[in-house]
Amino acid sequence: MSATATMVERPPPRARGWPRRRIAGYALVCLWILFGIGIVSYLFLAWNPEFFAKYAPAYLRGLGVTLSLVSISMVLGAILSVPVAYGRMSKNRILSGLAYCYVYFFRGTPLLVQTYLVYYGLGSFRVELQSVGLWDFFKDAFNCGVFAFALNTAAYQAEILRGAIESVPRGQWEGAASLGLHKLQTLRKIILPQALIVALRPYGNELILMVKASAIVAIITVYDLMGNAKLAFANSFDIQAYIWVALVYLVMVEILRHGVEWIERRITVHLKR
Amino acid sequence: MPAQSIWTLLSWGPEGWLDDIAYGALITIALALATLPIGLTIGFFIALAKQSEEPSLRLAANIYTTVFRGLPELVTLFLFFFGMPILLQHLVRYFRPDTTIDVNSFVAGMIVLALIFSSYASEVFLSAFRAIPKGQYEGGYAIGLSNWLTMRKVIVPQLLRIAFPGLENCWLSLLKDTSLVSVVGLAETLRNASIAARVTKHAFLFFGVASLVFLALAVLSSFATSAILRSLGRREAQR
Repeated sequence: MSATATMVERPPPRARGWPRRRIAGYALVCLWILFGIGIVSYLFLAWNPEFFAKYAPAYLRGLGVTLSLVSISMVLGAILSVPVAYGRMSKNRILSGLAYCYVYFFRGTPLLVQTYLVYYGLGSFRVELQSVGLWDFFKDAFNCGVFAFALNTAAYQAEILRGAIESVPRGQWEGAASLGLHKLQTLRKIILPQALIVALRPYGNELILMVKASAIVAIITVYDLMGNAKLAFANSFDIQAYIWVALVYLVMVEILRHGVEWIERRITVHLKR
Repeated sequence: MPAQSIWTLLSWGPEGWLDDIAYGALITIALALATLPIGLTIGFFIALAKQSEEPSLRLAANIYTTVFRGLPELVTLFLFFFGMPILLQHLVRYFRPDTTIDVNSFVAGMIVLALIFSSYASEVFLSAFRAIPKGQYEGGYAIGLSNWLTMRKVIVPQLLRIAFPGLENCWLSLLKDTSLVSVVGLAETLRNASIAARVTKHAFLFFGVASLVFLALAVLSSFATSAILRSLGRREAQR
């Protein structure tokens, strides 16, 4: 026992003195510190109580709009992703071809183009939409944003779901079948609990990507967080409008990222050795 | 205004808009191709810093990726596009008091896309670095290659092959992100399509065409990448 303990490789000793890479590293860290001090001191010097009183409530409202946009479209996308993932995995040529085209289109084109296609493009079909009574829905920019985002995230989530389900070994299906469970029971009791552990991290990444992507609804006149920042900048020509919004997004993304990591650590406790 | 048919709208020339959209597509490709080498270089060095033994280098590189992966692309673009002229103006004012500075939207887009691309590419490079066994470095040193030569002759050829699929994904998202630069006024595919849509009132048609252009670019690049991958594989087999 003691013999093996002495065999364990020790980490190499830290280099002494000032090798070139340490100088480079300290210089870069100093650069970041200077950059941070620069931003903080700018925000401090440019502190404008009027600006803050005027726009802080708008930013808070915008944050609410952003969060509701992201959560609604994530949930709708999750619901829509189930049939798409089913189509992708089906043996029926037509069904899987259709699902493949759907996923390819929404992953192959920019979200901005899709949003324009919904918000401006559906305006071309105003008469038809009015006749089926859907025009009131698509008149509103927020609804158009949710619609485009849900379709887009459904394509990504379908791929996540498919990858996760296919990552579960076939033997699990066969074992369940030999116990006499039918397909749906197998999926619910055996496959999904294993698949969701695999899927957690990609789902978290997708959520973060959606929060970041939601900034583009500001371009189609939705007053989300970014939309309010644009408005504040247009009114005041004060660059701190964008600096504040950048800080809010950064904090939001970091919270989500660490939250997902924490959940992942919690639910994989039984897999650790 | 006489009702124009779809085919005249999509024709090449003064009546139609196809030439404008094709020109926009060229700008899109040029922007993505101009960003690629810068982004790859920065991403490679960031990955190198992240796997260094020096904690300060790792810290600096981690701050970089946290910031540029955490900020929405649009916010980074606006910060840069509107913030950079103000900053430069403050600096230049000490030397020449009455100059105004405008940032070219192509250059601004290129820099911002390179920052974003490099922070994603650095993660790909980092995981490729971790996939290369330590023995490869040791072997390189053992036959008397210098640090730099080991990197160039031994590590990088393997690194590129391992990192290639991940870099392909980064490239596809770069291609899609170029559409964001239309917002600050670069006349690329989406911008030209939306001008056409506003003038002709055929919004669905022109945004549909724009989305087909992006799809075609994605298909084209998947052909190109599979060709590159095949040639990489062939060179491997020859050895």
